[in-house]
Amino acid sequence: MRREEGLLENIVRRSSSPWMDGSGTMSDVVISSRVRLARNLRDVEFPHRMDEKAAKTVFDKVKNAVLDVNARKAVPELTCIDLEDVSPLDRQVLVEKHLMSPQHAQPLPGRGLVTRPDERVSIMVNEEDHLRIQCLYSGLELDEAYITANGMDDLLDERLDFAYDDRTGFLTACPTNVGTGLRASVMVHLPALAIGDEVSRVLSAVNKMGLVVRGLYGEGTEGQGNVYQVSNQITLGQSEKEILENLSLIAKQVVAEEKRYRETLMKNRRSALEDRIFRAWGILTNARSMSSEEAVRLWSDVRLGVELGLIDGPDVTHINEILVIAQPNFVMRSHGRTMSSEERDIARAELLRRHLASMKS
Amino acid sequence: MTCEECGKNPATVRFEQVVNGKRTVMNLCAECAQKKGVLSVLFQPTFSINSLLSALLGSQMKGLPAASPGEEEKRCRICGMSYRDFARAGRLGCSRCYETFEDRLDPLLRRIHGSGRHIGKAPVKAGGAARTRRKLEELRRQLAAAVAEEAYEKAAELRDKIKALESTLGREEE
Repeated sequence: MRREEGLLENIVRRSSSPWMDGSGTMSDVVISSRVRLARNLRDVEFPHRMDEKAAKTVFDKVKNAVLDVNARKAVPELTCIDLEDVSPLDRQVLVEKHLMSPQHAQPLPGRGLVTRPDERVSIMVNEEDHLRIQCLYSGLELDEAYITANGMDDLLDERLDFAYDDRTGFLTACPTNVGTGLRASVMVHLPALAIGDEVSRVLSAVNKMGLVVRGLYGEGTEGQGNVYQVSNQITLGQSEKEILENLSLIAKQVVAEEKRYRETLMKNRRSALEDRIFRAWGILTNARSMSSEEAVRLWSDVRLGVELGLIDGPDVTHINEILVIAQPNFVMRSHGRTMSSEERDIARAELLRRHLASMKS
Repeated sequence: MTCEECGKNPATVRFEQVVNGKRTVMNLCAECAQKKGVLSVLFQPTFSINSLLSALLGSQMKGLPAASPGEEEKRCRICGMSYRDFARAGRLGCSRCYETFEDRLDPLLRRIHGSGRHIGKAPVKAGGAARTRRKLEELRRQLAAAVAEEAYEKAAELRDKIKALESTLGREEE
């Protein structure tokens, strides 16, 4: 088997990823930190204007640069996958595992994904920009994620001619990304604020600070599993350090507020909270048919229970994997075929039972 | 109840969606729900940053006279894009467009970011001079902040650093 296929098979088959192992700062609330750098090749049409030939030329250039980086053995080995060789189902699983954006799953020539076995680095080739370098870490670890992304940027910059202007910075297809090209985001889990009906109050305050809030899978998925992604909006006129510090500072405030609500719940509503959490656990470990929405909703309660020490036994990685198992394409991939929604719900319930059986509390 | 999507089969699934805080509920048949379910991740938001930007640019374009016949619209020499094309797409054609449409992009960038000047990382390739200029700008900003805070000792230190760096830059640019 070619190396690309081996890596891909490993990624789409596994429900776990290193970035959900529950390590890192404040990981009881912050699921993950992500840093993304947008880069383009100088004087080459941006992906939305490119023809097939130009797109493939960019892909080949990136591929050669990656091979050259590998040759130096400075970083763990990267693999460059041509997405045209990947099945539609596998492309969707890559989206569900947060390795690429939903837009990138659309089959266009020259689109690629560079990643490595630990899934910490993923580079989308020919998405909205020629390169989108993304790094994912567990917990509130924006600095770690940026150091990795920045190192990757330097390695590629030495081998590719990035479009950069002293005044406007890194040049991007959309002017909203120009300058640093940096979009940093933290994925937070806010179940206690949701129970207290305080999420919108907290998030509108976050909005006023110039940050953007999206759902688990971006726009339109707000509220799913009480998971929110908070990211910077401005990329020009602030240094990378300022952007990261600003986001980190506000994320910490959100974490503190969520924790305050968790404590209040534990103090004043403990029995009701325990009942809710163990009901969720009961359904998750026993149901014979379960929709994606229900699985994500129950996951939220169960994760809260684990973080509060009410459910003893399962580790955070196992719990976070539920989020991936809940997704429709992952379920179909693990059965190796497309399924109707009823079939999927039954298969999902079975996968969840098996997944959780090894760690019943 | 019949499915609200196809209007044919009986509705068996309740489909809830929250977009920008607005909850919509639809009663669907299994078939239509499956379509929505599988496509949930594929779903392309129509309310995207590009469409917003395009609207913003559209209002900017209205104030401009249409190119009269015989008068050539300014186009990027690398990708052939005009500013009008950009206003429609919400995206530029290539990196050279930033230079081609500099006059018009500058106010737009200020509107989006509140600033028109990059002060972050410079690529290694941009060379020593560009990196030094970055550093200088950062120090100048720190100096302005120190003066505003009346931290004059710190300001004096920064001023010395800036002077030293300016002479380095002079050498690098020769």
